Order: sequence, then C-alpha cells, then structure tokens
Amino acid sequence: MTVLSADALLEIRDLRTWFPIRTGILQRVDRHVRAVDGVDLTVFPGETVALVGESGCGKTTVGRTILQLVEPTGGNIWFRGINLSMLSADAFRPYRRQIQIVMQDPGSALDPRLTVRDCIAEGMDAFAIGASAEARTQAVAELMRKVSLDPDTMWRYPHEFSGGQRQRICIARALAVDPALLICDEATSALDVSIQAQILNLLADLQAERRLTYLFITHDLGVVRYFATRVAVMYLGRIVEVGPTERIFSAPRHPYTKALLASIPSLDPDRRSTRPVALGDVPSPDRPPPGCHYHPRCSERLESCSRDDPPVVPFADGVCRCVLALSNREARINAG
Amino acid sequence: MSAPLLEVEDLSVAFPGEGGHVRVVDRVDLSIAAGETLALVGESGCGKSMTALAIMRLVPRPGRIEAGSHIRFDGRELRSLSVPQMRAVRGGQIGMIFQEPMTSLNPVTMVGEQVMEAIGLHASLAQTQARERVLELFALVGIPDPKQRFSAYPHQLSGGLKQRVMIAMAMAAKPRLLIADEPTTALDATIRAQILELLRNLSASTGTALLLITHDFGVVNEVADRVAVMYAGRIVEEGTRRELLSRPRHPYAQGLLRSIPRPEARGQRLEEIKGAVPRPGHWPAGCRFHPRCPSAFAPCPTLEPERTAVSPTQGAWCHLVAEESQR
Repeated sequence: MTVLSADALLEIRDLRTWFPIRTGILQRVDRHVRAVDGVDLTVFPGETVALVGESGCGKTTVGRTILQLVEPTGGNIWFRGINLSMLSADAFRPYRRQIQIVMQDPGSALDPRLTVRDCIAEGMDAFAIGASAEARTQAVAELMRKVSLDPDTMWRYPHEFSGGQRQRICIARALAVDPALLICDEATSALDVSIQAQILNLLADLQAERRLTYLFITHDLGVVRYFATRVAVMYLGRIVEVGPTERIFSAPRHPYTKALLASIPSLDPDRRSTRPVALGDVPSPDRPPPGCHYHPRCSERLESCSRDDPPVVPFADGVCRCVLALSNREARINAG
Repeated sequence: MSAPLLEVEDLSVAFPGEGGHVRVVDRVDLSIAAGETLALVGESGCGKSMTALAIMRLVPRPGRIEAGSHIRFDGRELRSLSVPQMRAVRGGQIGMIFQEPMTSLNPVTMVGEQVMEAIGLHASLAQTQARERVLELFALVGIPDPKQRFSAYPHQLSGGLKQRVMIAMAMAAKPRLLIADEPTTALDATIRAQILELLRNLSASTGTALLLITHDFGVVNEVADRVAVMYAGRIVEEGTRRELLSRPRHPYAQGLLRSIPRPEARGQRLEEIKGAVPRPGHWPAGCRFHPRCPSAFAPCPTLEPERTAVSPTQGAWCHLVAEESQR
C-alpha cells in the first residue's frame, strides 16, 4: 500500500486528522475526535472521485486537510509527486493555487462587501496572476461568460444573485487561478434540483474542456452515481470501500455500502426500494466503537468484528475494509 | 366518494411587501381523504411550507390568510374557529412535524415529559396512564429502550431519534391528519430510510392521513399515494404517485423529474430548466412558468391556464395540455 502510483495527481497515505477535546479548568486534552483516522486515497488526473458518507464521517475534514486548512496529525499527502506534508507554508503556496475548493453554501463563501469582480479576482490578486488590474478585469469577464453569467453584472454584489448564480461565481473564482484539482464539498447540496442540474452540467463541461480533476465530497448518492468515475465510501474516519462507480452500485462489497445503497429512494413508481438496513444510529466520532467501527450497526457482523480491526482487502478494482471481504476473496481464489 | 378529510379551497396567503401585499400562496386547492398520503412537492420558495402553516392557522405575522380562502377539516371550517378551538384541533386532530427536530424540542426538559405534556393537553390522562401511553408511543415509533429514553434530554439523542420523538409527540393524540414538512431532509441517508419506513407503517397501522411537504421526488415515490406539484404559489399539476412519476404532463413537472441525476443518464447532459424560480411579487403574468417553459406558445404569457383533466385523478394547469386534450 505504500507504493506510490507514478501517474497519480493526488495520493493520500495513512492520513490522520485528530481534534483534541479539552476538559476541566486546565483545559487538559482528555481525548481526541478522530475525524480522519488512517485514510488512503489516490486520485488520477481527469477523473472524478466521490468521497461519500454520512455526517460526521470525516469527509469534509479530508478535503480541508488536503488544502492545509487544518493540520494533519499524521500521514502524508503527495500532489504531483511532491509530499505536501513536508512543505513549509511558503513552499506550499504554489500548490495551494493548483488545488481549489467550492463549498456547499455559496452565500457565506463570498465576501458580501466585495463586488463580484473582486470576489472572482481575489485569487488572481493573491497569486499575482495577470499583468494589471485591467487585465484581471478582462479575465473575470471571460470567466463569467464561461460559467454563463453576464459580465455586465460584475460590479454588483453577491446578495443580488440567486443561489445558483452565486455557486457559479464561486466556481469562476476557483477557476480564476487555473487549478488542476477542484474539491467540491457538497457543492450542489444546497441547490434546488433544477439548479443542481445546471451546476452539474457546468462542472462536466469544464472538466471536458480543462481536464480538471474533481474530488467530489457529498452525501448524495444519486449525484455520485450519475457523476463520479470512482467512489470512496467513508464511515467514522475510515474509508471502508473504494471502487469504480458502476461496480460499487451494482455489486457493493462492504455491508455499510450496501446499507447506504438500500437507503436511496427509488424514482420508479413500480418499485419502492428503500430498506433500512443499517441498525440504529451513527455513533459519535469521539468515541468510535472498537474493532470495525461499523460493527454495532452491521447486520452481517461476526464475533471478531467488535474486537479486531478489519483488514484492508485489496481487489483488482479497489479495496474493501471488511473481514467478510477477505473470506469472499479467498473463496473466489479457491474456486478459480 | 365520501367527503375528504381535509379540503382546502382557494387558499391564498399574503405578506405586506413592495406596493401593497404580496401573495406567497395563490388560490390553492387541495384535498386529502382519510388515511391517504398526499405529497406537496416543489422547489424552495414555491409556497409549499406556507400552505402547510396556513392549514394549521400558523402563518407568521405580518402574513395572513386572505378572505375567500376555505380550510375545511372533517366538515368544519377551520378559519371560523376561535383560538382555543383551533388550539384543540392543532395537536389534537392534526399533528405536525418539522424538518429540524433539534430546534423543535425543549432542551431543558426530558423528552418523555415533553411528550407527556402533549398528551396532558389533549387527553388529560392520569400521570401514570400518561407515562404508560408515552412508552407505548415510543414503541410505536421504534425508539429502542423506551423506558431509558423517557428520561433523556434532547441533546443526548441523535437526529434520527429526535425526529422519532417529534413523530411520537405528533401522534400522541391519535390525530386524523399528520402534516410533515421535509421530515427527512436534515437526516442522513441510512436514518432517512428508517424514518420513511416508519411514516409508511404509521399511516398503514393507525389510519392517519399524511400531508407530506417535500422537494424530493424519491421521498414522494417511497411514501405518497397522490402528489400535487407547486410552482410560484400555485398548484400546477396533481395526480396519483404513478401518474406524476411516469406520465407528468406539465412542462415544469416534466423538467423537474428530468433534471434529477439518474444512473441511466450517466455520460449524458442533464436536462436543465433554464433561469431561476421567480420570487413572490415578481411572478410573471399568464402562466407563471412561461418564461422558463420550452413549450410556451401564444396564450401562455397573457392567459392564466385553467385545470385540464387528463384522467379522473390527474389534472394539469397548462395551455398545451388543454390544447392537446381537445384534439
């Protein structure tokens, strides 16, 4: 697992991001919330990797750690073969330009006191892109046309735009510094479905045109199945399964992935499909269960699951972190 | 056909705004039969939540229900009830649950007590009986270890459990109608599946009718019997779940369904509805959807469409559907 893929754009190995919980008047560190607890993930150029999971699973923290908005507790992040975790803040800056983020709430992601022109040009100013302010204004107009906004509105303020338009502004701002990797953290979750379609189409066009790579952080499995190339499923700080989208949806290996898929409401009037498969509730990430984090909710658990950490079982098309995957794989090897 | 349990006729809700009052709900007609589940679907700002609040006579000030609106429940006109009478209906014969179970519970009172309070108000049972009834209700809505949860405070419960407590509270007085406003929107996928199953089972086992407010057609398909689609304050199409999902006739309903990312559409562009939903007070004349409609023609910008019956149960407010049905 430590072998680096030569052609990977982003390679995350054993990433851990823990947040201390302080208690008492001395504010001693009592324990840690292990938001991200040993994550391995590889992203290749031009693909869309979806990082899916329920609230509190750590998917947003993975994105924030890649951007160095929070400091990792351990592990490494390679970007184009450079170990970002070893870089100083100054040395990281050029890489920060190549990794941009689009967040869920376009309302709070934009500075209400800046005009749209300045919102979009903020990154260009920071990285000294463009010869002059005028050149940057030209570039802003070009970007606005690209995301189907009227350049004549660039001197207005964000509150004058609808939610969907504000998300277009956020996308234009991210594109302004010409990134290679765009982290979309629930970028379409707050939008109405007809507006979500507009934004997904825009992201698809931009990807085709600029060979952009997306890390798509979301809880919406419908969007994932439509949009992603590969899927990584996260549960309580760990990735439990990785695989190509079609296979994940047609033949999931991890019991948690199966439970997630069974919870997708159907749109086929002949079929009502949701079945509550996962038992009970998601435990708090500050006190994850021992052994496999999923075992208290798992309907297929074995006795050993509450005790032993599940093995990371490699398959030709991904991994599955479950002891059952191990036996399935052996059974198949023996049969073959 | 017997009289419906709830019959809403010509319901309009207005708020003071630019140049007089602005309607946010405009002449809405709805009916729900006993035991039936009706889904009211639409995008944000279409007036679906305000319709639900108006039925409960809970429109926030300075908004008001306009003259000429009728809300008949079980044969009674709710608009003519006194405030104490209306309070007895609310939580008695009509229960309500909201999207955010976190903000609907009192943080300093044990959840069992809160449900007991709801029962005390409407049935005045003895203390021990009330407690027994709460435990029964907790079991009904699938709360594990009801005795232990009785003394829990809201912060000690997960989002899914809090929503179950809210449902228990709404069901406490055995209401004939439950209004649920986006009951699963704030919940995680695996928990949403649990709550959807609970809502389905509840209406089957108790005979309670359900008015489900949602923006999610998946939720509609999982729970509803009939569907009404709202756009810019008006109902634009109604029909059975099967009719709406397999043969929607209004271009807006069609566009909404086609814009949902589906696995079959992988690699293809999603169908978009161009433009954005107009704000109340800025609704276009004629058919309100016409500036965004791919099939708009001559009458659409000026003439408001009437309901065209497509089947005994399906109707659409659309000039194109009207013209096609005349051929």
